[in-house]
This record gives sequence, C-alpha cells and structure tokens, in this order.
Amino acid sequence: MPSKATQTTTTEIITANRLGDGLVIFLTTTGWSANINAAEVSETKDATAVLLARAEADAGNVVGPYAVAVTRQADGSLHAQKYREALRTRGPSVRTDLGYQAA
Amino acid sequence: MYVYDELDRGLVEDRVEEFRDQVRRRISGELTEEQFRPLRLMNGLYLQLHAYMLRVAVPYGVLSSVQMRKLARIARVYDRGYGHFTTRQNIQFNWPKLEETPDLLAELAEVEMHAIQTSGNCIRNTTADQFAGAAADELEDPRIWCEIIRQWSTFHPEFTFLPRKFKIAVTGAVSDRAAIKVHDIGIVLVQGETGETGFEIWAGGGLGRTPMIAKKIRDFLPAADLLSYLEAMLRVYNRFGRRDNKYKARIKILVHEIGADTYRDAVEAEWADIRHGALALPDQEIRRIRDAFAPPAFAALPVSSTGFEARKFEDRAFARWVATNVRRHKAPGYAIANISLKPVGGIPGDATAEQMDAVAGYADRWSFGEIRVAHEQNLVLPHVRQDDLYDLWLALGSVELDTPNIGTIGDIIACPGMDYCSLATARSIPVAQQISERFADLDRLHDIGSVSLNISGCINACGHHHVGNIGILGVDKKGEEFYQITLGGQADENAAIGRIIGPGFPADEIVGAIETIIETYLSVRQDGEAFIATLNRLGQTPFKEKLYGTA
Repeated sequence: MPSKATQTTTTEIITANRLGDGLVIFLTTTGWSANINAAEVSETKDATAVLLARAEADAGNVVGPYAVAVTRQADGSLHAQKYREALRTRGPSVRTDLGYQAA
Repeated sequence: MYVYDELDRGLVEDRVEEFRDQVRRRISGELTEEQFRPLRLMNGLYLQLHAYMLRVAVPYGVLSSVQMRKLARIARVYDRGYGHFTTRQNIQFNWPKLEETPDLLAELAEVEMHAIQTSGNCIRNTTADQFAGAAADELEDPRIWCEIIRQWSTFHPEFTFLPRKFKIAVTGAVSDRAAIKVHDIGIVLVQGETGETGFEIWAGGGLGRTPMIAKKIRDFLPAADLLSYLEAMLRVYNRFGRRDNKYKARIKILVHEIGADTYRDAVEAEWADIRHGALALPDQEIRRIRDAFAPPAFAALPVSSTGFEARKFEDRAFARWVATNVRRHKAPGYAIANISLKPVGGIPGDATAEQMDAVAGYADRWSFGEIRVAHEQNLVLPHVRQDDLYDLWLALGSVELDTPNIGTIGDIIACPGMDYCSLATARSIPVAQQISERFADLDRLHDIGSVSLNISGCINACGHHHVGNIGILGVDKKGEEFYQITLGGQADENAAIGRIIGPGFPADEIVGAIETIIETYLSVRQDGEAFIATLNRLGQTPFKEKLYGTA
C-alpha cells in the first residue's frame, strides 16, 4: 500500500529477553540491543521470518523471541503499537524509576 | 515457629545446588530453554514482562524477623530494593538475574526459605489464616496442620505432575480469613463430640476463568487421618482430572462435572485402602509439630489496658488506626496489629527493603519476633501488648506503614497486572492507586466502612476479583484497557462469586463508576449496614440504575 500523507509506516521488529538477566532486548543488524531504536526493521512477512530465524538461532543467549508491530515516527524513532510492548520498552508505568525509562 | 530438622534442611540445600547446576548448564548451552523452563519454574523463577520474577514461598504466611531481614537483604542485593507480597501470602521479587538466582536461593536456605511449590502443577504452598495462633475466635492453631501438609506435599513424587496446580487453605477459626471455599481443598478445623480435633473438608473451589465455590466433602475427619484423606482426594483428582484441556484441568471442573457425591464416593473408596497405612499420623508426630507452634510466653495481663484506652481517647488518629487495623487477641492484654501495605496512591503489597527491616525490628521488640503475611497483601504483627500499640503505631508512621485502612475500600487487593505480568490483559495497579486516592479522606473512608475491592488484570484472577464485594476485571478491548465490575463477591465463610453488573468501563471512567456505586450504597444503606449487607438486601438494581440509567 503506498504511503499517503501520514508520517508513519507500519513495520515489525524482533524482541526477546536476555538469558542472563531477563531484560528486554531487540534484534539489531549486528546482535541485540536494549534500545528499540537500534532494532532491525522488517517491512514484509518474509523479512520478519528471516529475522525471527536469526533470533531463534541465538537461543543460547536469549529467551522467547517474537515479532512486534511498531510504528516509525516522523523523527525516525520506533514505537511499539501494543501497549504491552510499549511497556516493555520502558518499564512499569507505576514505577518510572525502574526499567529503561529510568535511564 | 517450626524449626527445620536435618531432613528439611538437606532437602532445601540439595535443591539449591541442583538448581545451581541447572542454571550453569543453561548458560553454557547444555540445556535449551525448552528443557530449562520447567526446571526454573520448579524453583519459582518465572520470566515476566521486563525481567525474571522470583516467587519465594512464605509457608502459611508465617515469617520470623530473621527471615524478614533476609528478604530485605535479597531486595537490596539481588533486586531493586523492594518486594511484592502476593495474594497467596508469598513474596515476589521483580528483577532478579538468572545468573545470581542460585546465590539468592542459597541465602534464603540459610533462613529456612525457598521457592519450592510456588509454580508448576504440584501442590502449592499451603495458605492459612494470617491470625493463626493469635485470633480470639480460633479453635486451634491451623499452622500445625499446614506444617504437616507441607512436609507431606513437598516433592511428593505422585503429585509432582498433576493435571494442574493445586492449592490448599486451612482455617482454625470461626471467621474464615483464609478464603478456604475458593481453594482446590479447603480445610476447617472443628471439634468432635468429645472435644477432639478434626477437620471439615471442602473441595472444588477456585477462581480463574471458571469461578466456583467449594462443595463440602466431609463433615468430620479425625486428625490422625488428615494426610491419608488428602492423599485419597489428590489421587482421585490425579486419575480423573482432565489433562486434555488446560482450562478444564482444575479439580473444580472434575467435582462440578461428576458431582460432589460421586467425587466423595471415589475418595472414600480410595481412602478405605490407605487409611491405616503409612500416612496415618502418629500421636507423637502431631505432638512434635504442635509443640513447635506452642504459644509464646505471654505475660499475665488484664483483659484491657487503661493506658491503651487513654491513648485512644487522647489521640484521634491513633484511635482511628486501632479501629481499622487492630483485632482481638486470644491472650488477655494482647492485640493483633495489621500493617497496611496499601498507602494512599501506593502499589498494593509492595514493601521496600527499609520497611521490611523496620517491620522485623518491630516484631522483635513487640511481637516475639513473629510476622505474618495476609492474602490481602498486608503484614501482621500477631502478638502485641495493648500497652505497646501506641509506640508501635508511632514507629510504623516513621516508615509510612501506619495507613488506617484495613478492611476498607482503601485496602485493595490487586494483582501486578500488565505493569509486570506477561499474562495480563490490562493494568491493575494504576486503578487501585486512583481508587485509593479518590477515597483518601479518612472521615469518608471510615464512614463507608467495611467493603472489599479486588482487582485482577486478567481472567486468571490472581487479584481475586470474583470474591471482592466489588470486583474489577481488566480486559483488552481492541487495544484499550477496559474494566468490568462485579458486585456481591465474598471470600469469607459466606463465600460468594460476584455477578457482573453491566457493560465495562474505559480506564478513565472506572474510578468514577466505583464512586457511583459507593455513593449509591451510602444513600440507601440502613444504620450500621455494611456494603455487602445492603447489596444483598436490595440486589443490584439500585446500583445498576445509577451506573447505567433507568432505561
């Protein structure tokens, strides 16, 4: 679908939890990052499957990889579409001193 | 309190070392996550939304001051400085590292604690009346029997892979504070015709997506037969409980489908075979455990203290705290002090390491070193002299633990919800925070009086919403948090499942809806009538009309 005047496009990234400390991580072109904006973005289902396979091949270091729908903002940053996933990028909404949002 | 013998200690220490090896093998790649996951769950280690979560067992809600200090240390050293007391009298840490968990568990083992029976399809940690051994209305201390059940159920080889998890609760008092009728098995201590101890047995209660009140299975079970009867009950469930469908696998479904009479007949038949076998409890063993729970050395005191009465007269804030947070004790001159973990705007059940240390200190000073965890997510100092209550109250105030709201609408049970839990469909904690803020005014709070409000962030009902006088269930409605209200639930001896009052409310309307319900109650209640009594007298209609209009 051609993008219209809206400033966002819909895409997917891969997330998981790091084995050693359980923290939320995102698959990048070179490995994993705690920063969602570093995530490698897929624009198609096929590309998502390729990314997921790469994530699963790293099962010795990560737990439970899966794809998450994100929206790219006008400034280039990535935002998870579902609230649950947005919480994972930040930390508990009731403890803003904890999780990535505290950094 | 019961003190571990060599067998108990060896069991827990061996488990720590076994898990240490399993963690090592997972990290080195010898074990896949698929292989490792059930192993970590058997040690209470879940993977949640943001990190691992470790659920530590607090068997039947009993903690010593030494154990509480250890929990504070765990919070400080291995976590982020706090812990969360749960609706099953346990404590959860939200940020432990897998790599550090074996050391954490080894530290817990030093104080006879562990994370065994806090996950998986086994017999879970047994829960009990948080006032056990202290309540004025108690027939006998349920901890004795909880401990006997603990020893029988821990690593029970036959019941390690049940169709589903299995929860037992025990009360020894007239008022049921342990919610025994919404447990897989509920046990009520009763006296036989000649005054001997026995048990009334209930089965098939539960919450979750199919809430049910337990059915009575036996009027009187002699004390010596407790374990053989439980074994028979579990065996019948293990054999006939459904394994084809996770949502139909709890014993409540079995008892409901075949009927309580058929279930009872099967149990009695099984029991007849094993009643006089190895599980019959010898008197001396019962005595050994009973001695472990002998009452502390209470001083001989007058029934009431004039100093205490005078303090209440002089200090209205203290009197208010006493009215909500203090309960009658069986020993003259003593009282049960409830410590609310529900500060206005706070997170229900959370306590900081500093607060845990402080409570441990108060327990040493004023309560024989004993602490209890209530399934309502509060703490209890079970044995406080009435004369010491004022000093205790002042001390609690210094660590923000003096909220006078036990049993009120501010005393909200709430699961962690989507802020922490990977199963949740909506957040629970922010709703609890907003409701407690809306009802922060103490005059209003105390005027409203006794009402239970329970919130769950998904259908699994960890927040016990079905049995709250007011229940709130958070659901996901097309990506938005939505909240359904049930009215009429009760978790006590008159256990009842609440009924949905009507369509749910979005997050920004739920607090207003609760206020409408409370205002309606205040406008129609009779003198001295609690919320649940008014609701039971009038039904849902007046509340429905105010919430949704008369159309």
